[in-house]
Amino acid sequence: MNIIVCIKQVPNTNEVKIDPKKGTLIREGVPSIINPEDKHGLEEAIRLKEKVGGKITVLTMGPPQAKVALKEALAMGADEAILVSDRAFAGSDTLATSYVLSKAIEKIGAFDIIFCGRQAIDGDTAQVGPQIAENLGISQVTYATKFEMNGDLIEVRRALEDGYSVVETKLPVLVTVLDKINKPRYPSIKGVVNAFSKSEIKVLSAADLSLDEERLGLDGSPTKVKKTFVPTHEKMGEILDGTPEEKVSKLINILKDVKIV
Amino acid sequence: MNFNLTDQQEMIRKVLKDFTEREVEPIAAEIDETCEFPVENLKKMAAADIMGIPFPQKYGGAGADTLSYAIAVEELSYACATHGVILSAHTSLGADPIAKYGTEEQKQKYLVPLANGEKLGAFGLTEPNAGTDAASQKTTAVLDGDEYVINGNKIFITNAGFADIFIIMAMTDKSQGTRGISAFIIEKDTEGFTLGKKEVKMGINASDTRELIFKNCRIPKENLLAKEGYGFKIAMGTLDGGRIGIAAQALGIAQRALDESVQYAKEREQFGRPIGKFQAIQFKIAEMATKVEAARNLVYKAALKKDSGESFSTEAAMAKYFASDISVDVAREAIQILGGYGYMKEYPVERLMRDAKITEIYEGTTEVQKMVIGSSFLR
Repeated sequence: MNIIVCIKQVPNTNEVKIDPKKGTLIREGVPSIINPEDKHGLEEAIRLKEKVGGKITVLTMGPPQAKVALKEALAMGADEAILVSDRAFAGSDTLATSYVLSKAIEKIGAFDIIFCGRQAIDGDTAQVGPQIAENLGISQVTYATKFEMNGDLIEVRRALEDGYSVVETKLPVLVTVLDKINKPRYPSIKGVVNAFSKSEIKVLSAADLSLDEERLGLDGSPTKVKKTFVPTHEKMGEILDGTPEEKVSKLINILKDVKIV
Repeated sequence: MNFNLTDQQEMIRKVLKDFTEREVEPIAAEIDETCEFPVENLKKMAAADIMGIPFPQKYGGAGADTLSYAIAVEELSYACATHGVILSAHTSLGADPIAKYGTEEQKQKYLVPLANGEKLGAFGLTEPNAGTDAASQKTTAVLDGDEYVINGNKIFITNAGFADIFIIMAMTDKSQGTRGISAFIIEKDTEGFTLGKKEVKMGINASDTRELIFKNCRIPKENLLAKEGYGFKIAMGTLDGGRIGIAAQALGIAQRALDESVQYAKEREQFGRPIGKFQAIQFKIAEMATKVEAARNLVYKAALKKDSGESFSTEAAMAKYFASDISVDVAREAIQILGGYGYMKEYPVERLMRDAKITEIYEGTTEVQKMVIGSSFLR
């Protein structure tokens, strides 16, 4: 079984503050982590490998610093790590990112399953996973909370807003997972040592992939950020006081004012 | 001179921080109260290879260095000093003597399960009348055919109730004084080896501390570590390494006390402003932070020196003396900064002070450290 896990290195948003004037994230001094849901994707891949055997390749696109995230993935149990990195990728939105990742996956070659986290905590788009599947022309199952392999088929429980559905499908497939699916293991200390002493991270640049330049970076990114801002919560609730009768008549007057009744 | 950790050491710290935050912190106050040994967490630590950090991978260890091990003890102790001492006693006192002095057979039989965390280690030197004066050992080992017969009592033994493998010092030749002491590997459940009741302590409450009782306990002669008469040397060398672990434990406690103080000083308002704005508190924080930083440098340096292969005995003693000393200081000042709240069990700082005190006592008191340091300068 050849398993690919796509991860993203993100700032730990629990520790990120927002510059109130510029509306941008203050990233200085904020530790980078593997996007939490991606870790659940990797854990699911490791569990699958433990059951059926195979090889796990972990893939990320990002600046050279993203190697740290790949080392951590190796320490958790991935077999191989690939960083796709090039200045030409700077400013990519989800469309440009998923294009490059799809090309990198084509370059890796044979795969059976691709695991992705549902979404990254720095953007919350949940688009990259599905876009990769579309680019590669394979099936996708999103929002997985349970994953099982039955022979050649996979059975996935998908979270819906008001319940769940169970999907069965053939390989190859891309699965995006929610954090409910499992509890990721801690990277083992031996794994950390080996990730630094034995494993090499393979780096692919734009030149290593056959890419259409117009689809890269800012040029290939139709998403334009118009404005970022910190949501304000100026609207205060109002507590009505008085006897129950008084409160009801006050409430009715307010509802009449806003033309609800 | 580079004061930065390597990327590998940084990642090991990150793993430990993550582990501690999620697995240790949530139970720390509770086990201080219940005195319950954290058995489940030890299994989780074994799964993450935390129980054998500095030992080679071929002997079941993680293959990392002494500094990474010290960082692990520090981070665990930040949340719970009991977890710190369990790891320190297991690694430095239980497993390290076998790694350093054991035969290949002894390493395969005992170091591998200790380093991979399947088994827990402990170490017995102290007796009722032989504390700092280790030469007054009353425990004896007499060779009888293919077996040594052990008789005597060891007290205050860390991990005792849950350990599987014990390193025990016993007199093989009383006439030789310290040169008549030998070290043995003894398995739990060996006939003639029983445990006393769990001690009730001031701090590190969940750590399991007991008396070991040997009555005609027969062990195979292959369980002698190194040679007869090498016990004192093994014990002293082992304690040198153990001191790095305890110094790291003291450091973790002190760092926590500092962080709790800083947080409180920012949040607590009196006279219309946070108390951190008052110079009395600022100066305290400045002193605490400086002491913690100095201790960290001493502890890390001792760890690096150990791995360099040079003698690290003086550095380890300095690290333990200083880190334990400032740990008690910083924990006490943390309570002072938190005032009435600091004295309450609702906040962690009173526990830090109770836990910090032992670091000045075990694995050689502060006075013993000063003897070691002093004599190394006055030779």
